[in-house]
Amino acid sequence: MQIDITKVLNTDILIIGGGAAGCYAALTIRERSGYSVIIAEKANIKRSGCLAAGVNALNAYIVEGNTPQDYVEYAKKDADGIVREDLLFTMSERLNQVAERLEELGLVFLKDEGGRYVARGSRNIKINGENIKPLLADAVKKLEAVTVLNRVNITDYIVENNEIIGAIGFSIEDSSAYEIRAKKVLCATGGAAGLYRPNNPGFSRHKMWYPPFNTGAGYAMGMKCGAEMTTFEMRFIALRCKDTIAPTGTLAQGVGAKQVNEKGEVYETKYGLTTSERVYGTVMENLEGRGPCYLKTEGISKKEEESLKKAYLNMAPSQTLKWMESGKGASEQNVEIEGTEPYIVGGHTASGYWVDTNRQTTIHGLYAAGDVAGGCPQKYVTGAMAEAEIAAEHMIEALKRNDTHNTQFDKKADRSGKQDTASDRMRDQVKEYNRFLGNTETIYSIEELEEAMQKVMDCYAGGITSHYKYNERQLGIAREKIKQLMLLSDNVAAGDMHELMFVYELKERLLVCLAVIAHLEGRKETRWHSFAENTDYPQKSQEWMKYVNSRYENGTLKIFYRDLVGKEGQYEHCN
Amino acid sequence: MSIVIDRKRCTGCGKCVLVCPGGLMKQEKDGTAVMKYPKDCWGCASCIKECKFGAIALYLGTELGGRGGKMTVSEKGSFLIWRVKKTDGTIEEIAVDKRESNQY
Repeated sequence: MQIDITKVLNTDILIIGGGAAGCYAALTIRERSGYSVIIAEKANIKRSGCLAAGVNALNAYIVEGNTPQDYVEYAKKDADGIVREDLLFTMSERLNQVAERLEELGLVFLKDEGGRYVARGSRNIKINGENIKPLLADAVKKLEAVTVLNRVNITDYIVENNEIIGAIGFSIEDSSAYEIRAKKVLCATGGAAGLYRPNNPGFSRHKMWYPPFNTGAGYAMGMKCGAEMTTFEMRFIALRCKDTIAPTGTLAQGVGAKQVNEKGEVYETKYGLTTSERVYGTVMENLEGRGPCYLKTEGISKKEEESLKKAYLNMAPSQTLKWMESGKGASEQNVEIEGTEPYIVGGHTASGYWVDTNRQTTIHGLYAAGDVAGGCPQKYVTGAMAEAEIAAEHMIEALKRNDTHNTQFDKKADRSGKQDTASDRMRDQVKEYNRFLGNTETIYSIEELEEAMQKVMDCYAGGITSHYKYNERQLGIAREKIKQLMLLSDNVAAGDMHELMFVYELKERLLVCLAVIAHLEGRKETRWHSFAENTDYPQKSQEWMKYVNSRYENGTLKIFYRDLVGKEGQYEHCN
Repeated sequence: MSIVIDRKRCTGCGKCVLVCPGGLMKQEKDGTAVMKYPKDCWGCASCIKECKFGAIALYLGTELGGRGGKMTVSEKGSFLIWRVKKTDGTIEEIAVDKRESNQY
C-alpha cells in the first residue's frame, strides 16, 4: 500500500484534536468571529479523547463562598508550588461560565431548591456526564464554516521562521495525505498514555486510567519543531480501583470512604492528603507488608451502593460490571486500590507546552489547551475548556490584527498560480509515510518495540515495578535504551493506514520518554513522592522552587530552568 | 478489556465502527462489525451505547477478574437500561435516568 493522493486544505484556524478542549475552542471561535475552522481528529469527535465513557462530576468549579484565588491556592499546594499562577488564575476565573455553557448545551446538573448547582466538596459539582462528549460534538456539528476531519492523524507541524503555517497528516480511512494550511493552530491533542508498562497485562493492557489513544502527539510535534516544554518530571499517577482502573474520588468524596490497609487501619492521614501523597501512602503500606489497600466502603447503605453503581455506569461501566458479576456490591466488600503507571498530562499535573498567559506556545501562532498545555495543573474538564476559550479569543484577536509574520504559502501560491499544490515539505513527509508502508524487511513489530519501551521506562525510569523510584544511573540506562529503540523505530513496517498511525504513535511516545527522562534528571530533589521520587536526592529543597524546562535541538534535549511566574500581569515569551 | 459481537444481531449499520475512539473496529465485506484490535480496547462502552440492536456486549478480561458476564445497554425514553447477563443465565438490570444527575 502506498499513499498517492495529497489533499491540500486552507483554513483560518486549525484545531488538532477534537476532544473537550478542541470542541470547545471551535464553539468559541464561531460564536465570536467569522473565521473558518478545521478540526483534525484521529478518531471521531463524538466520543474521542478523555471523556469517551463520560465523567461523573465537574472537578474544577468555584463553589459559593470561594474565589478563583482559592482555586489557585489549592492547585499550588497540591503541586507544592511548581505551578504558573498566571495560568491558574486566568483559568479559574472562567470555570463557572464554562459550567453554565455546558448546561446550555444540555448537560444535566444536580441542583438545590434554589436552582444552584449542588457541590461535592468545595470545588466539585455533580452532573450526569455520560453524554458530555456527544453533546459537545453535536454543538460543533451545527456550526457553520467548521470542517471536522474525523480519522485524520496529524503527525507534524509546518513551521517556518518559528511561525506555524500548518500541519501534515494522513487519513486512516482512504489512504490519502493531508496538508492543512492555517494562519493559527491550536494543539489540543491531550497528554501521553502508554509510556510505562501498565497495571494490567496482555489482553487487558489498555484497561488504563487515561485514553490509550492519547500518545503524546502534541508534545512530540512541538518538540520536533523546537517548542519549549515544561514540568515533564511532574508525572501523574492515579490512585484507582484495582483491575478496572476506575476512579476512586467518587468513593472517597461521594460516600466518604477512607484509605485503609489490610489491618483496617486508616493510613491516609499518616502520609498526607495531596494527590501524590495518597498514592505514596498506598505504595508504602504495601512495601511495609500491610497490603492490600482498600477504600473502606463496607457498611455503607444499600441505597448508597445502588447510587454508586449508577454513578460508575456514567463514567466507568466496567466497575459496575465487576460489582454486578461478583454479586457483591460496595456495601459488602471494600474496594481494593492501586497506583497506576505514570502518565504525562497537563490537566491533573503540569506537564506540557510552555505557554504565555494567552496560551500561545513559543512557536508563533501555535496555541495549546487542555492536557497538552503545561504549568496549569488540576484544570480537569472545565479548566481545559477555559483554556481553549482563552486561546480561541487570542487567536481571533491576532487574526483581526493580521498578526502573521509569515506569508510564505501565499507567495508560493501566487507564483504557481495554485493554492492546492503540495509543498516540498509535504512531499518529503509523504515519502516517509510510504517508506513505512512499503517496508517489507523488518524483524521487529511496532508492538514489540512499544512493549520494550514500556519495560525500559518501568525498570529504569520509575515505573510500577520500581515503586516509582529512580536514580541518575538508572535514568542514564533508560536514555541509552530509549535511543536504541528510536533507531529501531525508523525501520518498522506498516501494513495499512491504521498501522501507519501505530508507527507514529510509537515514535511520539519514544520522544516523550526521552523528555521525561531528561526532566526527571533535571530536578535534583524529591518534591513530590511517587510522581518524581529521585533516590539520589530524597529531600526537597527551596533552591528547586523553579521550573524545569526543555527544548529539543538537533536530536538532543536541552534542559534549563526558569523562575516561578506569579499571577500579576501577563507572562510573555521573551527568550 | 474488550467486547464481543453477536453476528446474528449485527445489522451492519456501521455506527460502532465510526464511534470507537480508537478506530479499532471494522466492517467485513457483508457489513458485519468485527473488533480488529481487541487488545487495544479501552473499555469505554461507546460502541455498546451506539448499537441499537444489542449486538455488542462488554466483558471483563480474566486479568481483571472477569467471570464471563456480558454487559449491554439500550435506551428506553430518557433511560439507559444497562443489562448484565451472567454465565448462569441470570440477568440483572440497572436503569439510569439521563435527566438525573449522579448523587456522588
